[in-house]
Amino acid sequence: MGVSVPTETVPESGTQSRIGAVRAPLTNALRLLEVDTRLLGMLGALLIIWFGFNILSGGTFLSPRNLWNLSVQSASIGIMATGMVLIIVSRNIDLSVGSMLGFLGYTMAMIQAVWIPNDLGFGHEQPLTWIITLILGIALGALVGGLQGFVVAYGGVPSFIVTLGGLLVWRGLIFRYAQGQTIAPMESTFQMLGGGTVGTRVGALGEWPSWTLGIVLCVAIVFLQITSRRRRRKYGFPVRPLWAEGLVGAVSSAAVLGVVWVANSYPLPVNVAIQYAEEHGIPVPVGGLFIPTGIAFPVVIMLIVTLVVTFLATRRRFGRYVYAIGGNPDAAALAGINVRRTIMLTFALMGSLAAISAAVQTARLNAAVTNLGVQNELDVISAAVIGGTSFSGGIGTVPGAILGAVVMQSLRSGMVLLLVDSPTQDIVVGVVLVVAVGLDTFVRRGVR
Amino acid sequence: MLTQSSTPTPAPQRVPLVEMRNINVSFGGVRAVRDVTIDLYAGEVVGLVGGNGAGKSTLMRTLSGARPPDSGQIFVNGQAVTIGNPRDAKALGIETIYQTLALADNLDAPANVFLGREVTGGATLDDSAMESATRKVIGRLNPNFKNFKTPVLRLSGGQRQAVAIARAIEFNARALIMDEPTAALGPAETAQVHALVKQLKSEGIGIFLVSHDIHDVFDLSERISVMYHGRLVGTVKKEDVTVDEILGMIILGKPPTKLTSEELSQLHG
Repeated sequence: MGVSVPTETVPESGTQSRIGAVRAPLTNALRLLEVDTRLLGMLGALLIIWFGFNILSGGTFLSPRNLWNLSVQSASIGIMATGMVLIIVSRNIDLSVGSMLGFLGYTMAMIQAVWIPNDLGFGHEQPLTWIITLILGIALGALVGGLQGFVVAYGGVPSFIVTLGGLLVWRGLIFRYAQGQTIAPMESTFQMLGGGTVGTRVGALGEWPSWTLGIVLCVAIVFLQITSRRRRRKYGFPVRPLWAEGLVGAVSSAAVLGVVWVANSYPLPVNVAIQYAEEHGIPVPVGGLFIPTGIAFPVVIMLIVTLVVTFLATRRRFGRYVYAIGGNPDAAALAGINVRRTIMLTFALMGSLAAISAAVQTARLNAAVTNLGVQNELDVISAAVIGGTSFSGGIGTVPGAILGAVVMQSLRSGMVLLLVDSPTQDIVVGVVLVVAVGLDTFVRRGVR
Repeated sequence: MLTQSSTPTPAPQRVPLVEMRNINVSFGGVRAVRDVTIDLYAGEVVGLVGGNGAGKSTLMRTLSGARPPDSGQIFVNGQAVTIGNPRDAKALGIETIYQTLALADNLDAPANVFLGREVTGGATLDDSAMESATRKVIGRLNPNFKNFKTPVLRLSGGQRQAVAIARAIEFNARALIMDEPTAALGPAETAQVHALVKQLKSEGIGIFLVSHDIHDVFDLSERISVMYHGRLVGTVKKEDVTVDEILGMIILGKPPTKLTSEELSQLHG
């Protein structure tokens, strides 16, 4: 009982230092809130970055337009970072995600632009093309990732080596078969997945669907709080004080609605809005037409992926086993867990997430190019690690990785606004990565 | 402390709960376990002792499914069984408390107790049910245990031990393997483990107690099996031998009948 852990009672004030005495009420409040203090710290860091860039850029950074673009840019990396968390948590690594993304993006482009319309003779712009392409892409991703996972888990080859090989192989395959060609254009519904506009169709939810989504999420948050509270009550476990429960619910709901509000504050481009007004017979007022864009589809996809992977990681046996393997592989095996199968599945999941990101990126570009996804593995790994995933295994959260992706993208986007050149951007991101992990390790050591 | 004769000594005609016959295990060229035959009855503690590298842990690992034997047979209640992995052993009611505890340090106590045997409600893990059951079973072992939501990494040695024991007894074990259960514990916690062993024994569970501590073994066991360089020196009833004779078996690898008084006196040199 000699160790002091956050859930234990705060030590008597007599033994505390002055700083400790001041901090105690805060720590106590945080303990009652049962929120992840590391996630909170990261949110704080993100806010500092945002307001810092906003001041330096003269208010441009926090404009709806920039934030909307930031959300779209973060989505592709964020989607893959959720899977990378599970890979790193189970003490592995996947260096091949960028190349897999390129390979899968290229294949999906071929499916919708060549194979379905020409080779199978169905023609272009068929209503089911986009979903068939997406499903085939995700299945192929699971297969490609699962193959690497199989070699890692059953072949006993270190994941670093297998996926380093994958990085070369998948990229090599693109060059071999594409022979430098760009595949374009993408089918128009498929393009929506990237958040762009085709004519008057916009790859975003629009105003009211965005608000609806926001409200549904708020209701879900409160519902989950109530059911979890009931369940803990049923078993007679301690529950959070009501004020803490209310505060957590209110802050989360406010954050959700804030995101919707920002997305709805970003208007459609002028020419799209005018064309839209003409088609729908809406008179264009003198000051111009303000049609809210709403939450971009890539962000909706990221949200769905985050929810699904979080569910897998925290509510299913699969996730429990991934964390157990990361914490102590021998113990996991002695507990009767099928370690190999679990590891292979994490790689298969990673592959299908790479396919989803590939769809978002090719849709956004409206083309598949040979260098699609180059160096994405570094951004994805950085996002997971900045988000608190530990290379020693067993530690890391999916929401943390999403936050990590947003932090990374905020740095890049902010520096672009400030006209910082690309090499300097790399230097800053590199330093931030090392400092963030160093700081986290330092703080974690202090907690123990 | 030697007054446990109240527990009935198993009658010879009873079928052993666990019987391991002619077990052999090799690592590369090293024969870690050679042709060992031992048995265990319900409600009995068999102490398994021997020096470092005598093969005690390896023998027990074959029973717990961590390392299947190269040859030999295992019988549970007289039935020949195959134990190919830890899952098989658990399905037969054979639970193990490893010397290393084998805990996933990053997970909390309920997750560790139910690791590999999670309770699910519908499609999801039922963490509340698992926490509730864990509170009950650990409460039996250590009423002061309160950190059910912290990673076991942050718990004290005794608390971690409680989690490892809870995992073994939560699932109605018939046979229990305890590998050095008190090696990392203080006197109070050791006493708790002793009390637990006696309680489990009275519930009819058979226990293999692997230990370096000869006094632990003498306190708790009905019979003592001694291993020496991978071989079984012999199995003796506790009341038939002295501590010195057991020491002689451990150090010299000879059964008590073959030990000379000269050799016995040298043990104290």
